[in-house]
Amino acid sequence: MDKRKVKETLLGGLIRNNPTFVLVLGTCPTIAMTTSLSQAFAMGIATTFVLIFSNLFVSLLRSVIPDKVRIPCYIVIISTFVIIVQMVMRRFLPELYSTMQAFIALIVVNCIILARAESFASCNKPLYSMLDGVSMGLGFTAALCLIGIVREFFAGGAFAGMKIPGFPAMEGVGASAFGFITFGCLMALFNFVMQKIGERKERMKKQSLPLSEGVAELGKEAE
Amino acid sequence: MGVSLISVMFAAVISQNIVLSQYQGICPFLGVSKKLSNAAGMGFAVIFVMAIASVFCWLVYNFVLLPLGLDYLYTMAFILVIASLVQMLEMILKRFSPTLYSALGVYLPLITTNCAILGTANSAIVFQSYNFVYSFCVSVATGVGFLFAICLLAGVRLKTDKADIPACFKGFPITLVTAAIMAMAFAGFSGILA
Repeated sequence: MDKRKVKETLLGGLIRNNPTFVLVLGTCPTIAMTTSLSQAFAMGIATTFVLIFSNLFVSLLRSVIPDKVRIPCYIVIISTFVIIVQMVMRRFLPELYSTMQAFIALIVVNCIILARAESFASCNKPLYSMLDGVSMGLGFTAALCLIGIVREFFAGGAFAGMKIPGFPAMEGVGASAFGFITFGCLMALFNFVMQKIGERKERMKKQSLPLSEGVAELGKEAE
Repeated sequence: MGVSLISVMFAAVISQNIVLSQYQGICPFLGVSKKLSNAAGMGFAVIFVMAIASVFCWLVYNFVLLPLGLDYLYTMAFILVIASLVQMLEMILKRFSPTLYSALGVYLPLITTNCAILGTANSAIVFQSYNFVYSFCVSVATGVGFLFAICLLAGVRLKTDKADIPACFKGFPITLVTAAIMAMAFAGFSGILA
């Protein structure tokens, strides 16, 4: 296995191609299921599970699926795993499931999953596709948890269900508008940090450029 | 039934707006709202598909899935109904109404992955178990709500695209903040219906 490709695939989904902040896919659960950390984490893990296995099966079946009806085929594969998630959650986490029911069913139409099936799994080997699923899923989970932490802190003055003493709960922050605004501001922050990192890299390149040219010239002189 | 139907439809359009308070269909809401004409096209395509999908999904759920005891498969059944419906609509429009096709055609394939369609079908037919007329009317009203929200956002984006804002807020972040303010305005209507 090519080590570089593995590394690239694994790290791609976390930052450079983060499905939430960079690709802006699957925004509905990002806003709807992030009122608390536990909900955000559960949503992220459920999506990751579906993503890994749908990527694996799409990749395994990529030479069998006819091009014209590929979208319905992908959807059947994806919805199979979503139904598995629904059954498992209903059996083992009935309380959490009852609050997330609507959006667990909507994992079927989460654009991250269909986009990865279409753009990655349909033209890569099964192992890489699974790795891509892992990295995209973890990137999505991390972003969801981040938004969940911020929203839970402001709305309930709590972290992961535990109240932080001395911090009051704010009325109305649990409302839908706050989800949009948190997501927007965090995305702006992400852009800002990426921009700064990019600028710094550019500056370092510029600083090192004259030096390397000088070395090359020295080398010429020596010849 | 008449009065409650009207109040449910009003809620679906304004106070319980599918995008701004149910958080469904946000991807096209953000992605296709750069131009007003595109937004309107997407909105009408959504109304169209949502109305027809509710009819077929209701029939499939109540006459096929429930009698056979397969109602746990509703997610898969509905999404297949919607995907094939979209494909069929595309073919029919292409053949019989080229003008409508050229107006809606680009948006039709995107609609399969619009969670508002599946979400509305799920909630109206499975969670709320509305009757046939009710689920059809609610679906149309929900679609109208989507059209309303996306057109308003497109109008605001014309301004924010030209405004002088910090570079890191350009594009999606400022659109999300705009949507947040719109959501607050829409939530203000919820007091009308007790």
